[in-house]
Amino acid sequence: MSGRRSRISEEEIKELISKLQFLLPETRRQGGSRASAAKLLQETCNYIERLHRDVDDLSDRLTELMATMDISSAQAEIVRSLLRS
Amino acid sequence: MMACHFLRALFRIQQTSTSSSSSGRSRRIRRAAYASMAYSAGTRRAWSRALLRKLRSRARLRFPRRLSRAATPQRRDMDQAQVLRKLVPGGPSMDDCKLLEETADYIRCLTTQVRLMQTVMDSISS
Repeated sequence: MSGRRSRISEEEIKELISKLQFLLPETRRQGGSRASAAKLLQETCNYIERLHRDVDDLSDRLTELMATMDISSAQAEIVRSLLRS
Repeated sequence: MMACHFLRALFRIQQTSTSSSSSGRSRRIRRAAYASMAYSAGTRRAWSRALLRKLRSRARLRFPRRLSRAATPQRRDMDQAQVLRKLVPGGPSMDDCKLLEETADYIRCLTTQVRLMQTVMDSISS
């Protein structure tokens, strides 16, 4: 990226904020209406925390599944699903 | 590729942890998830570099968790940027602009990883 970092333009900030807005499911639903910066940051924090929790939960559930199933036998099916998704 | 790394780690974990506790195995899977995220982004991103450093130092991977909002009422007024900095790896050393950029990329990567884990789960249990 260019070396213009010393002065961050209003434009750049707006672009980053709208990128973030698009990524967050809550604000995307609201159709990109102008949320306050504080609200957006709060939504962002909530969303990241939720994703961290999802990783934890899925790890637990995968552990349970793997205790009863040999996943190498499901290898082909896993790869097929990943290619489909 | 995120998927390759994660799948290889899963197979390894299944083969080598017959005697370990299930919480130990869950922690290894969780660690593999963050590792595959970090490797897929490589050194391009500040968050992935920070995560790689943490993984290599074998430190425990912890992210702060806020309890229910009712339990910590004072948090409502807390600077949300500060909260965000604690959630994104490498956050504390980022200025506001960098933080937003890195956050967007981190979220994209996290979402992909979660979807990957869900897909693996669905195909194993089907």
